[in-house]
Amino acid sequence: MTLLLRGGKIIDPSQRLEQVGDLLIQRGRISGFGKIPARKTWTVLEARNWIVAPGFIDMHVHLREPGREDEETIESGSRAAAAGGFTSIVCMPNTRPINDSASITRYVLERAREVGLVNVFPAGAITKESKGEELAEIGEMVNAGAVAITDNGNGVQNNQIMRRALEYSRIFDIPVVDHCEERNLAAAGCMNEGPRSTRLGMPGMSRAAEEVHVARDVILSRITGGRAHIAHISTRESLEWVRQAKKQHIPVTCEVTPHHFVLSEEDITSYDTNFKMNPPLREPADRKAVLKALADGTIDSIATDHAPHTQFEKEETFEAAANGIVGLETAVPLAWEFLIRRNLLTPLRLVELLSTTPNRILKLGRGTLSEGAIADVTVIDPEREMKVDVEKFKSKSRNSPFGGWVLHGIPVFTIVAGKIVHSASA
Amino acid sequence: MALHGRHLLGIEELSGDDIKLILTTSRSFREIFTRAIKKVPTLRGKTVINLFFEPSTRTRSSFEIAAKRLSADTINFNVSSSSIVKGESLIDTGRNLQSMAPDIIVVRHTDAGAPHLLARCCKGLSIVNAGDGMHEHPTQALLDALTILDHKNKIGGLKVAIIGDIAHSRVARSNALLLKKLGAEVWICGPPTLIPLEIRQYGVQVTFQMKEALEDADIIMMLRTQKERQKEVFYPSVKEYSILYGLNKQKMKWAKKTAIVMHPGPINRGVEIDPELAEGEYSVILEQVTNGVAVRMAVLYLLLGASEEMEA
Repeated sequence: MTLLLRGGKIIDPSQRLEQVGDLLIQRGRISGFGKIPARKTWTVLEARNWIVAPGFIDMHVHLREPGREDEETIESGSRAAAAGGFTSIVCMPNTRPINDSASITRYVLERAREVGLVNVFPAGAITKESKGEELAEIGEMVNAGAVAITDNGNGVQNNQIMRRALEYSRIFDIPVVDHCEERNLAAAGCMNEGPRSTRLGMPGMSRAAEEVHVARDVILSRITGGRAHIAHISTRESLEWVRQAKKQHIPVTCEVTPHHFVLSEEDITSYDTNFKMNPPLREPADRKAVLKALADGTIDSIATDHAPHTQFEKEETFEAAANGIVGLETAVPLAWEFLIRRNLLTPLRLVELLSTTPNRILKLGRGTLSEGAIADVTVIDPEREMKVDVEKFKSKSRNSPFGGWVLHGIPVFTIVAGKIVHSASA
Repeated sequence: MALHGRHLLGIEELSGDDIKLILTTSRSFREIFTRAIKKVPTLRGKTVINLFFEPSTRTRSSFEIAAKRLSADTINFNVSSSSIVKGESLIDTGRNLQSMAPDIIVVRHTDAGAPHLLARCCKGLSIVNAGDGMHEHPTQALLDALTILDHKNKIGGLKVAIIGDIAHSRVARSNALLLKKLGAEVWICGPPTLIPLEIRQYGVQVTFQMKEALEDADIIMMLRTQKERQKEVFYPSVKEYSILYGLNKQKMKWAKKTAIVMHPGPINRGVEIDPELAEGEYSVILEQVTNGVAVRMAVLYLLLGASEEMEA
């Protein structure tokens, strides 16, 4: 099939490209852009006033399969990703069983191929069963298709293990993605330790729990040369550690979630468990620091930490409820609404955060509209308005604090290898 | 009636007028305690469920006696924390109880916000918070206020020292809120490990030195120390805690001569308070218990809006 996207605003940071023009897709690849006269046999999509960007990549998604198919499956998660404008997602290994071996990695890839919607790239565990004790068979997982390693959800408590993982990762040049949380400092905290936790009478999780591990990862990345990637960074001081590391050319990168640039702990007013996640919502000053770091390049990527949970896991007291919210279907509109419409970032910078840099970190061979590249494309209507309706999510789960919010900047077409996997009728 | 049909989730949601109304009503109920037959028919035909997810003797008994003195039917539903490990969720328990059409559910839970969750899912009844996690214990603060009023005739302008494990204390939070609403000067005192971040948002003063807290204090509220906290390295030993933050006769000298000593109970004798003081002339601890029943009667009565029948 040949597809012509006509008259859109093509934004591709990989080529420093920002121009109105046509984009031609043939045999699943980009075959040209500029002014291209349409032929009769081609499918033509009128993209005037729309943004045409290299397909968005979400580095941090929980697909729950195998093991918790009641929360999400590779299929429902893929549909949610496509609807949200993501052409590629990296799925976390904390499934049941944990993806700590090539056989699970292959299973995930096989299921994703059967579903055939978006690109699913598995992340393998750093340690066996993510227990933090022995390294998992990282090489075998990489051979099977893993693009990163992480003990997501647990965080690596043992510093020596983290050091070895960073050293060992160099064989494969993959990032070691760290959920930074020192368990003793985090204690039994269910929200940020700060003014709100005091007021609401809930056990707080010290920001130091994150920062101690961010600092550790910077130090270990420096001495090993391994690439540490800080998942869902959330505090001002954590960002400062990454900023300083980058100045010293230490290979540390980081991502932030939409909820951490949109919300703060002050939004937790009524024990609504859709505001419970880990890392928790921080203070307004942290959110401000995140916005600055998105603009100045300290943050490399926007990733959702899409964490589906059933209703019964959230219909609990705040302390007992499960951590996390779904994010795939709200991330792009939230970014457009809060970053672009409020003039904090340029569209070029946003595409960098959603596509170019995640691709660079993960080396997926995506994230570009250059001629000959795989035709993964995200098209956004920047003017279209949507009222978030959690009941209409493609995800199996509904746990979002953004239900009812009115947002602009809606993904209207998601194209994976030249195939339209999502289109939103006007 | 300002409180009719509402929930009592915390002091936070009450206005100064709400508080004064509850306290005035409590006083009028206290008269019943001196009668030969300590019972009025005011809440006859009403059902009060005490839903306790945390062991409690005095608060539960206090609510039960309060309801019974108003002729309400009471049911105690005790769920020990060990048996909720993998059983019915809080929300299902609430819905089940709601189906039995009670008028009030009094709830105590280890988690903050549990009464708020019940209030959201149970319609057509009032929820009374009898202590939720480290968040609030509104009837405790109300009975403390009534006790203070009995002795000082006012709350505004008094210096109140709240001493002990502030971080884990719902009593401290509810009291700080109530006392500030009524204009008291509140001092918070304890080891820094047991004072939560940004406690000053309550408008209170903070000190780690007991002398500073006690100096010229009118009211001294000692909080219960929880022995298991020692394991979590909040302080080195109960003995050292007692030396630094226990109340004894020596330290009492820093306070006003007319000062009163309060404690929400149960007391750890010889830890946070010298037994002699707990039973001595300054202590109003047993009056607090009596006032607890009166305040809870007032709360049940006002929430159910049974005003006209009061004289009966």
